[in-house]
Amino acid sequence: MIPAAFDYVRAESAEEAISLIGQHGDESKFLAGGHSLVPLMKLRLAQPTVLIDIGRLTDLSYIRDDGDMIAIGAMTRHMDVENSDVLRQHAPLLAHAASHVGDPQVRHRGTIGGSICHSDSASDLPATTLALGATYVAQGPNGTREIAAGDFYQGFLTTVLAPDELLTEIRVPKMDGAGWSFQKFNRRAQDWAIVGVAAWRRNGDSGVGLVNMGSVPILASGVSSALSSGASIEDAAAQAAEGCDPTSDLNASVEYREHLARVLTRRALEEASAG
Amino acid sequence: MTVIDNMETSDESIAAGNGLLGQRMLRKEDPALLTGEAVFTNDMKVPGALHLAVLRSPYAHAKISSVNVSGALEMEGVMHAFSGADLADQWAAPMPCAWPVTEDMKNPPHYPLAVDKAAYVGDGVACVLATSEAVARDALEAIDVEYEPLPAVIDLEDSLADAVVIHNELGTNSSYTWPLVIEENEGDCQSAIDNSAYVVKERYVQQRLIPMAMEPRAVVAMPQPFGGDITLFTATQVPHVLKVMSALTLGIPEQQLRVVCPAVGGGFGSKLDVYAEELLCLHLARSLGKPIRWNEERGENAQATIHGRAQIQDIELAADENGKITGLRVRLLADMGAYLQLITPGIPLLGAFLYGGVYEIPKAFDFSCTGVFTTMTPTDAYRGAGRPEATYAIEHAMDALAREMDIDPLELRRRNFIPRDAFPYEAYTGLVYDSGDHDKAAKVAEDLVDYAGVRARQATQNTPDATKRLGIGISTYFEMCGLAPSRVLASLNYAAGGWESATVRVLPTSKIQVVTGTAPHGQGHETAWSMIAADKFGVDPADVDVLHSDTAIAPLGMDTYGSRSLPVGGVAISMACDQVIDKARKIAAHQMEANEDDLEFAGGVFTVTGSPDKEMPLAAVAFEAFTAHDLPDGLEPNLEMQVTYDPPNFSWPFGTHMCVVEIDTETGETEVLQYVAVDDCGNKVNPLIVDGQVHGGVIQGLAQALYEEAAYDSDGNLQSSSLAEYLVPAASDVPSITLGESITPSPTNPLGVKGVGEAGTIGAAPCVMNAVVDALSGLGVRDIQMPASPVRVWNAIQEARNNTQENQQ
Repeated sequence: MIPAAFDYVRAESAEEAISLIGQHGDESKFLAGGHSLVPLMKLRLAQPTVLIDIGRLTDLSYIRDDGDMIAIGAMTRHMDVENSDVLRQHAPLLAHAASHVGDPQVRHRGTIGGSICHSDSASDLPATTLALGATYVAQGPNGTREIAAGDFYQGFLTTVLAPDELLTEIRVPKMDGAGWSFQKFNRRAQDWAIVGVAAWRRNGDSGVGLVNMGSVPILASGVSSALSSGASIEDAAAQAAEGCDPTSDLNASVEYREHLARVLTRRALEEASAG
Repeated sequence: MTVIDNMETSDESIAAGNGLLGQRMLRKEDPALLTGEAVFTNDMKVPGALHLAVLRSPYAHAKISSVNVSGALEMEGVMHAFSGADLADQWAAPMPCAWPVTEDMKNPPHYPLAVDKAAYVGDGVACVLATSEAVARDALEAIDVEYEPLPAVIDLEDSLADAVVIHNELGTNSSYTWPLVIEENEGDCQSAIDNSAYVVKERYVQQRLIPMAMEPRAVVAMPQPFGGDITLFTATQVPHVLKVMSALTLGIPEQQLRVVCPAVGGGFGSKLDVYAEELLCLHLARSLGKPIRWNEERGENAQATIHGRAQIQDIELAADENGKITGLRVRLLADMGAYLQLITPGIPLLGAFLYGGVYEIPKAFDFSCTGVFTTMTPTDAYRGAGRPEATYAIEHAMDALAREMDIDPLELRRRNFIPRDAFPYEAYTGLVYDSGDHDKAAKVAEDLVDYAGVRARQATQNTPDATKRLGIGISTYFEMCGLAPSRVLASLNYAAGGWESATVRVLPTSKIQVVTGTAPHGQGHETAWSMIAADKFGVDPADVDVLHSDTAIAPLGMDTYGSRSLPVGGVAISMACDQVIDKARKIAAHQMEANEDDLEFAGGVFTVTGSPDKEMPLAAVAFEAFTAHDLPDGLEPNLEMQVTYDPPNFSWPFGTHMCVVEIDTETGETEVLQYVAVDDCGNKVNPLIVDGQVHGGVIQGLAQALYEEAAYDSDGNLQSSSLAEYLVPAASDVPSITLGESITPSPTNPLGVKGVGEAGTIGAAPCVMNAVVDALSGLGVRDIQMPASPVRVWNAIQEARNNTQENQQ
């Protein structure tokens, strides 16, 4: 549980963080809450040579009402997302999903931006923000750009972010009046989901995000299009595992994961439609 | 000040003392533990210590062609590095196995570092000593080992076929076969199986479990600068056993070796051993003249500390038309792992005597166990050690028999219970169960769980297409604990005795010291033992100090395991207190010029019957004993007595557990809705501690049923070496436990106590699994292998439904 040797620098601003990572190159990593990266380092599965600590960028910790959107600073801790009145009012699915991340200790340290950049498909927030149609704001040496969640996740633990880009904000559309549900299936409360489903419905629209059903978080668009074509919840949910590529492990076979995706999607849609 | 927990106090407190026993006193240990003040081995500050790190084989089975440590030695901060071959001639003897269960048992030589061959992933092959732990761990990566990988041996039946022999010098993977046949006439068991109205034949797999104590192991070996004395600080539950065994293995004169356990954070049997790292630290500290320390990482703990369970059980249970058991045959394959650790081969034998459960069993019993080597982490004692496995087999088979007979499983059990008035009861094994009241324990549990009510709900709820199915589980058990009468251990070929030592001394200021040979690592002995002494002397438990876990302070002891500490060590303390009081009585009688027989001792004061004006408090007696100015002729000064107690019998706690589960047939998830445990451990010294033991034990057994498994792939890699994969349930994952009361004192010791450390674990796994199968048997599911994970349950349901459909077609 002792990481390989590494250097540590602390950034005082987003600009400095971006400049530092440009300086230190590919083997350096941003350190936000540290609840994904540091365990990997302790197991020596990750061995960055330099950690650039962005933990003091408190100006990136906020949840703001921004017209049709809610803007969430990337350094916002899970527990602040979980307990945000703004989110509970306008995007309760996200606040609720945040309450399922890890355990209280993790939620007090881990950040929404860190979780999204780590882009573990088994994490709750990438799939949830994907289902909600979120936009991620990244800042690089040449300014900022907005990236749709649907374009962000590239493969196992990889995203479209350039090495010298820093995720600064997550923008989530307001979902007032939408029905929603978060179904997380795991064996212990603190674990990653074996399979998870984040779903919302409003008028004719819907969004369904799948946790741990492939190398990236998955938007089950087949389910949504079936629903908009008038399919029953049961029939739409039967599409949930289409296009997924889950793995098998100690907790689940591929077949079982696909089955769970269908069952949990059905349950999520039923709950989201109930009121 | 003594704090009493404000929960209800048992009204059946132990008679004859000063009313302290049976009180729910808060634990003395907890303030230090909760505030972080307690010092664990790895918290020790040791100036100048070198840090040991061990390079472990990444292969389950491999020839070691060469080891080159020069890369490590070049690193800054690395002081020494050794291969197994470098140290091979330093050991006076191989690592000890103290339980040669048969005369022809095969035991491969096992040294702290492997020399020619690595036999499991985690087997140490080289080590480094460096100025910091970080440098030592980094340096491991600079050691170059050439391996020739050999096939892993994971499956017990494959192993028996000897296609790949792990220890060439043995010529076989079979360590021993130990039979226990008890019949009036030869062939009685076979005859019962052939001729009884009902026979169930079942195979159960006890998965491998990792004990996963919260504190991994840690060692500090500190040599004295002159004279050759050395102190070993280590996270162990057996300082006394370790001292003897280390002296033998390393050739250290025993009087020069002192073993100390600082605070120890749990063991569950995994710290009942003599480990390579303890011997390495001792040896290197002595040879280099420097303190050497080692701290185990969690992942290392999962591989290099012993595992438990790991048995395949074939059981045949025969019964007559009324369900009365007529015969029982058991065949065990027990996974030893790669080597025999301290008591590895004996673990299944501890269970051999419990396959009859709490039932009247005729002498038609045929048991045999074969110990098998595999290329996995060695197994050894894990909470219950053989007894949970045995209880699981008989209790799960009883449910199978009830289904076969189509009768209620509780009714079937009642037909076979040993009746209350039959105790003390000589069982088919010849062992005598001290006391028991199974009808009572079962009735208390039945009422608490509302058995009839739940059965009625189940009948309504479990329709063929129900998404949520209810299941009710029952288990009953007898535990053979309080290890143990030394003569019985001798008959089992165990290399040590089962006595315990206690010294009780009243200091000149009348404060009391209790010196015990038990080695607590979470049990609360400081609280319980001070209650025993305080109750005897009529003082506040805060005035009693319990000294333990240091062989210089408590030189005699047999340590803590096998639910033995109270029924052996606690009884020894009680007897030593009586002897001190007897001596004090002589002094008080002399001082008050009264007849010894006329003295009463209560509330810490001697009084004289019939002379209300005469009294002498213990404090005054203690000071007289200390000054020795005016003692009776021939009486030695001071109030101190030492007792070594060898129990005349095992103690036999028993109980009934019942639980209700609900299974989601769509996901396979099992939720435990209700759990009732009635554990009768005789008189309770501190019911608060008993409750805690039962809670923890039940969760550990439930974890075997639903969560935990040391899973290996076919190459012999442990797939669950972190707490992310090895699923120890947390508080949020487990049910509330309802405890029912039943107290049947043991007649074999003066405190009337039994043990309780393992009881919960023994009762829980079969209880939960019986409930799981009960929920699903209506769908055609016969059994599910532990742990009943959601995917396993779901698969079993699919399979049963497919079979049903095929049958209908």
